[in-house]
Amino acid sequence: MSSGYKESFSIVAGDFASAGEVSARIKSILRMIGIDPAIIRRVSIAAYEAELNMIIHSFGGEMTLKIDSGSIHIDCVDTGPGIEDIEMAMKEGFSTASPDIQMMGFGAGMGLPNIKKNSDEMEIRSDPGGTHLHLKFNIV
Amino acid sequence: MTIAEAAAILNCKTVCGADKMDRPVSSACGADLMSDVLTFVKENCLLLTGMVNAHVVRTAEMLDVPCIVLVRGKVPTQDMIELAEQTGVTLLTCEYTLYEACGRLYQNGLPPCK
Repeated sequence: MSSGYKESFSIVAGDFASAGEVSARIKSILRMIGIDPAIIRRVSIAAYEAELNMIIHSFGGEMTLKIDSGSIHIDCVDTGPGIEDIEMAMKEGFSTASPDIQMMGFGAGMGLPNIKKNSDEMEIRSDPGGTHLHLKFNIV
Repeated sequence: MTIAEAAAILNCKTVCGADKMDRPVSSACGADLMSDVLTFVKENCLLLTGMVNAHVVRTAEMLDVPCIVLVRGKVPTQDMIELAEQTGVTLLTCEYTLYEACGRLYQNGLPPCK
């Protein structure tokens, strides 16, 4: 188990075709390090949901993976436009995604609740200048 | 049940992953809404869907879903096939509707995701 790993990945707004590439990369890093497959699965699901959210809803930003001896952290930081009502966004079924995204099978308003379900800790701060989503997964 | 056994029940054509048909599947689900799939599908679940795009494969990869069956004779896109080959997801097609394909697997003892 290595410690102190950190890597950041750029997320481009609207680039739906590449959605999941960053999450797949994160998954492969966690596999390489030898993290428990059940934990990798939870991180992968949460990272994929967060990546989709950034591509669909934000102006773009960065996703950072940090691993220390006891936990995995994922930080999603974008440059806006912010989540108008976080309480509503946390409700299952509430969505502001476009019909195009929904035609692809996404944007059903399950993302943030599913991220919360799969992470051990979730913090979200948002204003029109950007959103910061912090996720923590305990390794031990 | 193995992927090969499920494929035989549904008279599937194999698009890719023919060398990985002996992997076990412990449950199945039928859905077109990947948002839903991401919330309840367990690992080693077989995914039946009528949704055809590369994000279906990406979703399967994240969930450790080993096999996707496209129903009602749907033809996978080239980017879908390439991603399935790259990620090791077995991609099958069958002529049954989603309802009948699910019913046939259920009847043969493959349980739903719980």
